[in-house]
Amino acid sequence: MIAINNVHKAFNKGKANQVNAVNGIRLNIQSNEFLVIVGSNGSGKTTLLNLVAGTVFPDNGSINIDGNDVTKTPDYRRSQWIARVFQNPMSGTASDLSILDNFRLAAIRTKAKGLSIGVNDAFKQQVKEKIATLGMGLENKIEQPMGTLSGGQRQALTLLMSVMDSCKVLLLDEPTAALDPRSADVVMRTADKLITDFKLTAILITHNLKDAYNYGNRIIQMGEGAILRDLSGEQKSALKQNDLFDWFG
Amino acid sequence: MDFYLTALLQGLCFSALALGIYISMKIFNIPDITTNGSYTLGGAITGIMLTNHQSTYLILPIVIFAGGIAGALTGLITTKLKVNALLAGILVMTGLHSVNLIIMGRSNLPLISTSSLFSILNIAADPNHNTFWILSVFVAIITLMIGYLLKTDFGIAMRATGNSESMVRALGVDTDRMKIVGLALANALTALSGYMIVQFQAFADINMGQAIVIIGLGSVIIAESFINWFNITNVWIILILVLIGAIIFQLVLALTLAIGVDPNLLSLTTSTFVLLIVSLPRLSFGKAS
Ligand SMILES: Nc1ncnc2c1ncn2[C@@H]1O[C@H](COP(=O)(O)OP(=O)(O)OP(=O)(O)O)[C@@H](O)[C@H]1O
Ligand SMILES: [Mg+2]
Repeated sequence: MIAINNVHKAFNKGKANQVNAVNGIRLNIQSNEFLVIVGSNGSGKTTLLNLVAGTVFPDNGSINIDGNDVTKTPDYRRSQWIARVFQNPMSGTASDLSILDNFRLAAIRTKAKGLSIGVNDAFKQQVKEKIATLGMGLENKIEQPMGTLSGGQRQALTLLMSVMDSCKVLLLDEPTAALDPRSADVVMRTADKLITDFKLTAILITHNLKDAYNYGNRIIQMGEGAILRDLSGEQKSALKQNDLFDWFG
Repeated sequence: MDFYLTALLQGLCFSALALGIYISMKIFNIPDITTNGSYTLGGAITGIMLTNHQSTYLILPIVIFAGGIAGALTGLITTKLKVNALLAGILVMTGLHSVNLIIMGRSNLPLISTSSLFSILNIAADPNHNTFWILSVFVAIITLMIGYLLKTDFGIAMRATGNSESMVRALGVDTDRMKIVGLALANALTALSGYMIVQFQAFADINMGQAIVIIGLGSVIIAESFINWFNITNVWIILILVLIGAIIFQLVLALTLAIGVDPNLLSLTTSTFVLLIVSLPRLSFGKAS
């Protein structure tokens, strides 16, 4: 589904403070794979995710998504395959817009945003039913501005929004970093359920080793812009939580 | 009393401007100074075409188009050349000054015996009432169009762009294009105000756009106080409040002149008034907390 071929990305190139954030990474991610990325601060995890999303472009190497060379495709075109959940709940939703309008935009992620009114009663009903599955009681607040909700509620809604339109790849960059443990748990469970139900290919970046242990069917550890470890399928299942802690020992 | 009627009519002339500023400043979060130039551009085109006996109906689409081009230019400069939006607007505004002079041929165009929107349409016998009704219909049509636009899928994408660019791009919207379209729309509306005011005042002047952005800002900020006060999210009510803001702003200015403030101090009064409405909520909050 995603092929990253020998991709390099440096910031402040040619200056004294040059950072080689991603250093010749090769990575093939299969359909339905749920990849967890761990690694210490500054190891290049977010940069790698941004390279896949198209918010930064590689210095060399190429990126393929679903058989298409997207190396030079901007982020707003890659959205036909990719949905994202950001670390900051503010980034993934529009605060001043109602929940309903946020969902409308998400429902046409892969389509043109035309001059017709798409928010009708049928759509409202559809959104209410979707939101009700979260069990947070938000289905009666769909006319409220997104900004009136808590970070956890917003992250959970962002997750739902990602499957409002056809979605193949879900990118999650520390989606629970800003949340309290209970909200974090709800968001992670919701993510896992959506990934399974909608057969998504997913990449999750996390510093929470418990989540890294519990979720996903492949795990890589990054360090200094390279892949240090790569365990998938049974290797990951065989992994113990303490082994993960040892990686950072 | 006539004084206040004039203020009301001016307020209606400035409603398009206020809606334009609402779009650039509140929806897109862009401080757009192009306004001063595109307003005069609308006025200059109207003035020169009317003196050359062109139909006001022909002038209307040309003014909208010209204003749109001016805004799109600012949008292009800020998105494609990555120039700070404020500077981009100042650059286009400054350039427009020459363009406007070339269009007008001189710095002032009186429109004494020319026909205008208000002389060819006769809805009411009294000329002031006639002007009032024409402007009201005009403003109503514009407001309906903008309101509809903001409700469409495109409009939702527009409103989200000023809010969370990362989200909107992740949802498949080219935010650069969106900003260019938004600034074009805002300045088309601004030029439309120039078109109306020139026909209302019966002259065009190269300096008519000086500090016009503050009138738009003031109107929007008045509207915003109501919006925040009553926690309003309905698009239609917001647009109507912006219109009311434009009228209140003109009424307050008329009042200050009526109580005998020197007209030379009008600009100073205007900016003080805007400062006051911006800071009042903060000042009172400061006391509360
Ligand atoms: N836009 C940028 N400009 C300059 N340097 C950058 C930029 N983005 C990232 N970097 C640098 O690249 C390196 C990798 O950053 P990245 O954000 O990918 O790390 P990360 O693994 O996500 O870290 P964290 O766990 O702290 O989120 C860091 O040294 C960072 O300072
Ligand atoms: Mg990161």
